[in-house]
Amino acid sequence: MSNPKRTVFRALQLTKSYTMGDVQVHALRGVDLDLDAGEFIVILGASGSGKSTLLNILGGLDTPSSGSVRFEDHELTGASESQLTQYRREHVGFVFQFYNLVAGLTALENVRLVTDIARDPMGASEALALVGLRERESFFPAQLSGGEQQRVAIARAISKRPDVLLCDEPTGALDVKTGSIVLEAIAKINRELGTLVVVITHNAAIAAMANRVIYLSDGQISKIQTNATVISASELVW
Amino acid sequence: MRAMSKLLVADLASHWKQGVAIVVLLMCGVATLIMSISTVRSLEASQDRYYSRYAFAHLWAPLVRAPEVLLDRLAQIPGVVRVSGRVEKHALLDFPDMLEPASARLISIDRDPQSEINGLVLRSGRLPIVCDQTEVVVSELFAQEHRLKLGDRIGANLEGKHEDLVVVGVGLSPDSIYLVQPGMILPNNRLYGIFWARKEKLSAAFQMQGAFNQVALRVSAEANVDNLKKQIDAILEPYGCTGVYDRQEQESHARLRDEMRELRTMAFLSPAIFLSVSAFLVHMVFSRLIAMQTEQIATLRAFGYSAVEIGLHYGRLVSVWITLGVALGIGCGLLLAVWLSEIYRMFFRFPEILMIWFGWEWILAVSLGVAVALLGAVSGIVRAMRLPPAVAMRSAGSQSAPAKSVTQLRLLGYLSPIGRMVMVRMLGNPWLTFFSILGMGLGMSLLILSSFMEKTIEYVLDHQFSRSQRQDLQLAFYEPRTQGGLHEVQQWPGVRRVEGYRSVPIRMRNGLRTDRLVLLGLEPAPELFRVLDQADRPIDFPLESGLTITGKLAEKLQLRVGDLVEIDWLEGQNRSIALQVERIYPNYTGPAAFLPKATLHELLREGDRISGLFLSIEPQDRQQIYRRIQETPAIAGVTDKHAALVNFRDLIAKSTGWMRLINGIFATLITIAVAYNSALITFSERARDLATMRVLGYRGSEVHRILLLELFWTMLMAIPVGVPLGYLFAYALVERLDTQSHRFPFVIDPRTIAYAITVMLAATLVCGWMVIRMTKRLQLISVLKVRE
Ligand SMILES: Nc1ncnc2c1ncn2[C@@H]1O[C@H](COP(=O)(O)OP(=O)(O)OP(=O)(O)O)[C@@H](O)[C@H]1O
Ligand SMILES: [Mg+2]
Repeated sequence: MSNPKRTVFRALQLTKSYTMGDVQVHALRGVDLDLDAGEFIVILGASGSGKSTLLNILGGLDTPSSGSVRFEDHELTGASESQLTQYRREHVGFVFQFYNLVAGLTALENVRLVTDIARDPMGASEALALVGLRERESFFPAQLSGGEQQRVAIARAISKRPDVLLCDEPTGALDVKTGSIVLEAIAKINRELGTLVVVITHNAAIAAMANRVIYLSDGQISKIQTNATVISASELVW
Repeated sequence: MRAMSKLLVADLASHWKQGVAIVVLLMCGVATLIMSISTVRSLEASQDRYYSRYAFAHLWAPLVRAPEVLLDRLAQIPGVVRVSGRVEKHALLDFPDMLEPASARLISIDRDPQSEINGLVLRSGRLPIVCDQTEVVVSELFAQEHRLKLGDRIGANLEGKHEDLVVVGVGLSPDSIYLVQPGMILPNNRLYGIFWARKEKLSAAFQMQGAFNQVALRVSAEANVDNLKKQIDAILEPYGCTGVYDRQEQESHARLRDEMRELRTMAFLSPAIFLSVSAFLVHMVFSRLIAMQTEQIATLRAFGYSAVEIGLHYGRLVSVWITLGVALGIGCGLLLAVWLSEIYRMFFRFPEILMIWFGWEWILAVSLGVAVALLGAVSGIVRAMRLPPAVAMRSAGSQSAPAKSVTQLRLLGYLSPIGRMVMVRMLGNPWLTFFSILGMGLGMSLLILSSFMEKTIEYVLDHQFSRSQRQDLQLAFYEPRTQGGLHEVQQWPGVRRVEGYRSVPIRMRNGLRTDRLVLLGLEPAPELFRVLDQADRPIDFPLESGLTITGKLAEKLQLRVGDLVEIDWLEGQNRSIALQVERIYPNYTGPAAFLPKATLHELLREGDRISGLFLSIEPQDRQQIYRRIQETPAIAGVTDKHAALVNFRDLIAKSTGWMRLINGIFATLITIAVAYNSALITFSERARDLATMRVLGYRGSEVHRILLLELFWTMLMAIPVGVPLGYLFAYALVERLDTQSHRFPFVIDPRTIAYAITVMLAATLVCGWMVIRMTKRLQLISVLKVRE
């Protein structure tokens, strides 16, 4: 990263707890975190360590129990439902483990779902071209492979030129080869558009692609590792 | 099976909303049926009990005067069980505050009238005794209309002699459930009532000592009634008897019979349709619900659960809802039956109600309904089972690509992605969409079925009271009079037009079929009292037109144009003649017969006589005209058409109104349940897409539009399904309501359709709104966590 550091996310003392009857589940117990523009972040951690919870709070899908999160000059903590919707609409792209494409719409239309409401979107076909699926644009999700579906989901997420791309186990349902194609697509977005990317994964090998790797354990950040060199998805050793 | 029990509880909990819709649907279907059947059965039983406990007669014979010794002779006829001879006379009553003439039928009773034939039911007060004043028991409705209290005195004109009658009791009898003054068309309980007085008093007042002028008989069940009638006729003929008649010709019974028949038709046909529709809807809901369980079923099978075990699980799931729905339906139905029976008891004035809780019909109907509903579940399960588990787990429900034919539609190109989502889903699952539409359409048809009668009745009333009968008042004379009476009335200020008529009570016979009615002699081209055909065209009565009868009478006596029919005059000379039927007019009135007035005079060998007058008047002169009527002793009765119309409406509202109201409520509930269920299913099939869109940054309102659009389109397409179905059901009901005394036209007012659409739209919107409230609480994250 050559350009000067610009902080996109600043989280302070984030906690999230759920009350289940008499039991208190602490998903996050005080997370402090700064994420900068253009970074490629990987979050690693055991199952139940709070990764998804953290990502959802950053993406405005969930609210913390205490602490604060700032996105650029937006205070996310305490924002209303409609403010959060507006935030997601303008700034955030999501990619999930299970693609979440609308079955009744073609690949292109799934992307258009986003470009229709975005302020400064790229063309839907252009977004599909970015993930290498230009020629599949009139296919329905059921007619695409898992990896292709996930790439459509990525195209959909980036088509609005989001400031951040949040991916929760994007390769979780994919085999190695397909997984690396998907990761390459994500890395390309990060490289070419300068989008801040946060990827949750269980696969430690993927950490080699990241500028920084955040280790979560039991709701707390146990370690942050900064990589001097970043390798591409095709060079990963799984 | 422990885990399966837990799963059952979990499934019940997670589908409780659908459960509510199912329970409501079944409850409504079952409740209408049970309410109706129990009410009608109870009323029939109560009527029977009333008739038997108060010895309602089987045969009647009016005559001029016969000695009491004749009663023994009648009693000895084999088949006759009991005989009673009474004195029955009419008397004009004197109510100082009334302008219209009120009159009463005086009926003689003995010391123990409660156990006589056509026994007196004493509602309050005591029985009359023989003393120096004339004590009477007054019929209940008349007493209510006049707010009579025990001890009140009413002046009466008993054949010229004035006498004060003292009210000592209020009562009723099984032969006067409906009471219409002779010569009048409609009942008016203010102007006409029954007074029961001791025979000693009436005999003295009317010089009828040791004599009677009305016989009532009860006959044994095996007796040949036609034979008996002939024998009794033969014995009574010399005493001025105009003919024995039976229950079918007895005014009160005939009306009650038709009323009950209408009630029974409404009570059996509509609920049968209701239950079928709701069972069918539950069937649909079940099969759709289970279609959405394909993945769970596949998972269970993958674990090694057998088809039987899985079937049992869903069987238990739906049984819980079915049991609840049926139990609530039975409970509600019986409660409503008790309430309705009480209302009808007051309406028919039965002394007591005999509740019939149980009917085989409803056991049968409910089991059939349950079977249809269960079948839905079974077919859903069978379909889910047929898929190999692997396929089922992969391709749960709507995840497959929509059909080519749909996606290649030009139209889609013009739509926004949201519009396209709605369209593709609706067209891509044509069966699901079709069933949603059919469900809403059926709900709508029930709304039409339960509400169209109101407008039909309005149509009949309008036909009868404004287009056919254009008079304001009908006056009836005691005795037929010359045209002079007409000219006199014509001179009264405020009278616009007067038309005289001649009416004669007759019996019409065609072989063994008989009917007692009034033959009306009319002017060649009546302007006020008009007879209309089915197309609302007035019928003329030129001299050569001969006997004209209504379609109902032709049906009842099986007459065709050109047939000869026997006519017995029931007034004056005791003769019979035969007439040829010249014209038959089908219309919406009951049995009626007309002749040109002049022809009637000829047949009666009389001059230009009139029995009464039809008047049209200036409304502001009404009071003055009533005063004139009061001053004219020849006038026996007045019917004010407008008052009669009010009475009639009230009567209808009281008779079938409640049942229609309850059916309307149930139809609305069913519609809501259907709309709610459609909304729920749409929502749950959509939940994932909707959550995805929310995550992508769509606002709540934008997402709601998808749901509402889909519901709205479904509703819109349900209209062309629901309206014809509603017409069909309504037509079936009207056909069945065709009783002996009248039939209903099949008219469906556009307002009825508008009403059904409005309710449907409101239900859709309300349910859409409820579901939208659910999307607000939509757990965005949890939806995304699970795989479709
Ligand atoms: N809605 C909820 N109600 C109660 N507890 C929850 C809820 N969501 C998450 N949790 C709890 O919070 C903790 C963190 O969950 P989270 O989903 O963030 O874990 P994760 O790190 O993403 O795990 P995985 O790698 O398995 O996805 C878990 O212990 C989980 O049980
Ligand atoms: Mg997670």
